[in-house]
Amino acid sequence: MGIKRTEDKIQKTPNLSVNIAGLKLKNPVMTASGTFGYGEEYSEFVDLNKLGAIVVKGLSLIPKDGNPTPRVVETPAGMLNAIGLQNVGIKAFIKGKLPFLRQFQTPVIANFFGDSIDEYVRAAGELSSADGIHALEMNISCPNKQAGWIVFGTDPKIMEQVIAAVRRTTALPLIVKLSPNVTDIGFMSKVAENSGADAISLINTITGMVVNIKERKPVLANITGGLSGPAIRPVAVRMVWEVYKSVRIPIIGMGGIMTANDALEFLIAGARAVAVGTANFVNPTATIEIIQGIERFLAEDGLSDINEIIGSLITGDLNHDMP
Amino acid sequence: MHRYFKAKITGNTPLNEQFRLLTLIPLSEIEIPSPGQFYMLQASSALVPLLKRPFSIFEHQAGTLKFLYRIRGKGTSCLAGLGMDDTINVIGPLGNSYPEPQEDFIAVAGGIGIASLLPLLSRFKKKAYLFYGARNSDELVMLNEAKSLSKEVAITTDDGSEGQKGLITDVLRDFLNSSRITYHALQIYACGPMPMIKELSSICMNKGLRCYASFEEHMACGVGACHGCVIKVRRQNTEDRTQKWIYERVCKEGPVFDVREIVWE
Ligand SMILES: Cc1cc2nc3c(=O)[nH]c(=O)nc-3n(C[C@H](O)[C@H](O)[C@H](O)COP(=O)(O)OP(=O)(O)OC[C@H]3O[C@@H](n4cnc5c(N)ncnc54)[C@H](O)[C@@H]3O)c2cc1C
Ligand SMILES: Cc1cc2nc3c(=O)[nH]c(=O)nc-3n(C[C@H](O)[C@H](O)[C@H](O)COP(=O)(O)O)c2cc1C
Ligand code: FES
Repeated sequence: MGIKRTEDKIQKTPNLSVNIAGLKLKNPVMTASGTFGYGEEYSEFVDLNKLGAIVVKGLSLIPKDGNPTPRVVETPAGMLNAIGLQNVGIKAFIKGKLPFLRQFQTPVIANFFGDSIDEYVRAAGELSSADGIHALEMNISCPNKQAGWIVFGTDPKIMEQVIAAVRRTTALPLIVKLSPNVTDIGFMSKVAENSGADAISLINTITGMVVNIKERKPVLANITGGLSGPAIRPVAVRMVWEVYKSVRIPIIGMGGIMTANDALEFLIAGARAVAVGTANFVNPTATIEIIQGIERFLAEDGLSDINEIIGSLITGDLNHDMP
Repeated sequence: MHRYFKAKITGNTPLNEQFRLLTLIPLSEIEIPSPGQFYMLQASSALVPLLKRPFSIFEHQAGTLKFLYRIRGKGTSCLAGLGMDDTINVIGPLGNSYPEPQEDFIAVAGGIGIASLLPLLSRFKKKAYLFYGARNSDELVMLNEAKSLSKEVAITTDDGSEGQKGLITDVLRDFLNSSRITYHALQIYACGPMPMIKELSSICMNKGLRCYASFEEHMACGVGACHGCVIKVRRQNTEDRTQKWIYERVCKEGPVFDVREIVWE
């Protein structure tokens, strides 16, 4: 790439491909878990072959019914959700949903969760033996039933144990999705890296709440929910930057990305790839428009390779070598 | 043919203070909607309100789509503020539709529920016994249209400002008890507030009538991806043939469900 750059800056379309823990993505734009179903739901709007990767809705060993309704409510420039991780279960996913995804030349990343270390391990095991899954993304923003329902991703000790246990189970690239509901995200990312994560994705939703003042009741049946959408973007960008300063493994950034410019903020702050979530609901073709917009931005800036922009934030005191 | 398209607003007519009729001209070729289906309409190009809002197809004719809506909160207020030649993004037609009536049928509309039922009345002209209830005469929108498309019409309002004072479900119960018609073959189609549908459901259980109702839930995506809009339905377990309840998506498996399937809370 380095040679091409000087020769034909304008004619050549810039290189968009990035590498996440050995997984080559044709571009850095993927879907955020839980916002793109199992791919099929959006396949009439988006050519799935054009995506960097497809991250499917969170899966568990045993199917989950999810929470009562209302499960979603809009908030200023965002939304709260308390879906309760409703999903068909890993077996039904592999049998019923994965064959559809195998038709595409796009890596499939299986997002999964559990309520005990044992369940995480068995889930990772089943997913790893399926044909057509290219990486695992571990959602650790879930409560641990064996430890007083403390969220795995908010307690460094439990987090270390569960990541290490899953690490021993799978040979697939292991992405750990961090919870933003912690005080020191840089420290937590370091714990994930040391426990065997190949990459880190962030942020998951920020816990929030909306009250119906007439009824004096929470709007969501679950009382609290996860905030997503543009409202959380500055928090997400800041967290990506803090994690970038703390670890050497690649980062997948997400949180309120609606446009290519939003995605570029994450890339510049240190994310090697980005995921698009809530924006899909607003604009089903958002992912494709973001890919095109990033490509245009690079071309206009005379850059031939996306990797030139990753972690290129100028702060004066940033001291971090590309891994 | 795409289910995600841009459309130009060619009308956003107030019918009274709260109700409006929105007319859209799609800027590309679209799929033809069936009665009961809905669209996700963009209410603003700003980030607030962020999500699209679901609205039933009210009329599809000569390349235009019409929606009848009631101004409720931020989304519908923004929609009401849009003017001629504004362009919005639209997803649809979405969801399932009312199954075709076999013969004459009963339609029960509660307030703005008329928006979803009118295309059915229009497709099967003069076949419906329409039961239309609303809070007051102002909220009985599109009454003349509904009358001209139906075989017979019964009206109630909460305040008695038009038709009988009372609940539309009570009038329906009297009608079914009157044995003026052999109602057993009639199917019921309904759209309206939840208490109305629930009452209707118990009437139908009692009389052994089949009732298809359109349900509402808060929606985020409208296309089955987020699982935000679920409703509890009874389904048979394919393996052991036992009954169990599951959450199905109003936007995908619905919005129309056979009320016998609904698990009422
Ligand atoms: C399948 C379907 C068809 C519908 N058809 C019509 C129609 O033809 N005409 C009409 O006037 N109304 C219709 N509605 C209701 C309409 O979607 C709501 O009135 C509207 O979304 C309210 O938005 P708002 O921002 O004005 O209100 P707000 O109360 O401010 O809305 C806040 C949030 O709640 C959601 N929400 C609130 N009420 C509902 C609801 N009942 N259904 C779904 N989401 C809701 C909104 O999407 C938004 O995210 C339909 C709803 C559904 C599900
Ligand atoms: C409806 C909904 C469901 C989600 N489900 C999951 C999930 O199952 N697993 C997970 O790791 N994250 C889940 N998320 C979090 C998103 O993947 C993402 O981290 C978050 O929404 C921030 O990105 P956004 O602002 O672009 O949506 C969900 C988010 C939403 C809105
Ligand atoms: S609104 Fe997203 S699944 Fe129905």
